[in-house]
Amino acid sequence: MQVTAVRYADVLVVAVKGRIDYMNAEEFKAALLPYLGNCSAGRDQVVLDLSSLEYVSSAGLRVLMIAAKEVRAAKGRLVAVSLQPVVREIFEISRFTLVFDLFDSVQDALRALSPRAAAMSHGG
Amino acid sequence: MRVRFWGTRGSLPVSITAEDIKGKIVEALLAAAGRNLSSRADVESFVERDLPFAISHTYGGNSSCVELDIGTEDHVLCDLGTGARSFGLNVLARKGLRTPCTFHVFISHLHWDHIMGFPFFPHAYIPGNRIVIYGGHAGMEEAFRRQHAAPCFPVDFSRLSAKIEFVQLAPGRRVRHAGLDITPKLQLHSGDSYGYRFECGGKAIVYSTDSEHKTDDATATRDVVEFFRNADLVIFDAMYSLADTVSVKEDWGHSSNVVGVELCQLARARHLCLYHHEPVHSDLKIASVLQETLRLEEITRGDHTLRISSAYDGLEIAV
Repeated sequence: MQVTAVRYADVLVVAVKGRIDYMNAEEFKAALLPYLGNCSAGRDQVVLDLSSLEYVSSAGLRVLMIAAKEVRAAKGRLVAVSLQPVVREIFEISRFTLVFDLFDSVQDALRALSPRAAAMSHGG
Repeated sequence: MRVRFWGTRGSLPVSITAEDIKGKIVEALLAAAGRNLSSRADVESFVERDLPFAISHTYGGNSSCVELDIGTEDHVLCDLGTGARSFGLNVLARKGLRTPCTFHVFISHLHWDHIMGFPFFPHAYIPGNRIVIYGGHAGMEEAFRRQHAAPCFPVDFSRLSAKIEFVQLAPGRRVRHAGLDITPKLQLHSGDSYGYRFECGGKAIVYSTDSEHKTDDATATRDVVEFFRNADLVIFDAMYSLADTVSVKEDWGHSSNVVGVELCQLARARHLCLYHHEPVHSDLKIASVLQETLRLEEITRGDHTLRISSAYDGLEIAV
């Protein structure tokens, strides 16, 4: 499991790669939460790029719920994009589609969150 | 061993409504349109084979009560929710009033929905019967006496004619009762609850209701997996969605279908039975949760296939 981030203006795109289950959920939590420290109203917005996430268990989803709660409390914005079909089904079955705004791609999310970030991601 | 479900609803018994029945009849007649159903046999076959379970049947509304039939004269139950009344009436119909019976009852915990059937359990009122109630809580007898006391109920516990005994079990300590090897496990629930692993003749059944699993706790998860290890059947509290159990209903002491699948896959259990259904769920909703759970098992399956059912009042599973 790997977590990496790229900044486009006021949007941080955090990419999650690999599999998350009960064995590495704590590691995932420790890797993800620092990126959310500035995610609040008027500061950063965060896009979770899940295109390379192969599987997420309930333990990983629990970490995502903690992240969503923290961001909501700070009145920030956290969205998820590019879910692989299996992960999307897991989100649907576990009702996490009600927790996160989902977008088909990073570009779609950037356009919705921040035109400045969308332009920068195109090299503008 | 045969497992019979007499009550499968969580928290509160519920009843199907007139509107629900009407909806089922409308759906059934629509599905029957254009078919040749001129004989009773044709109709029964259509109802059994062609209609979805949620239309032709109901999951039922009694609260928790499960029978383990190991082929002995004694009866073994898990919990005494309102399903215990149906079970008792069934035993009376089969054995009559005058046959002395012994019941071994394993109580998950003392919340009302798990003991509220006892005041209506007919054998408690008949001399010659013996009822042994096992559980992990020190206050078992007091809880049963209190629900019989005024002003809650008109017949005091002291007036019950059966011989009633209480046996406290220690979590993790395997004991033998009623022809079964039984291991209780302390579970996460308000006021504690206990799951039971029953073993008999090389088969293992786990009864695990009213238990919250915080699966990011790797140690606790490993413990539960060992408790479920290679079980032939796991009866599992799947009351809420996963999202609910980690948000608005966190610490409410219940679990989800998603966690049930994960734990059973890790434990290589053979059969997961979704249990303790949310009382607000309709038959269609429970059926839809089952379909989603079957799909989850399919897309997350490794080299082990997990069978999945959803419990209903009247379901019988051979183990």
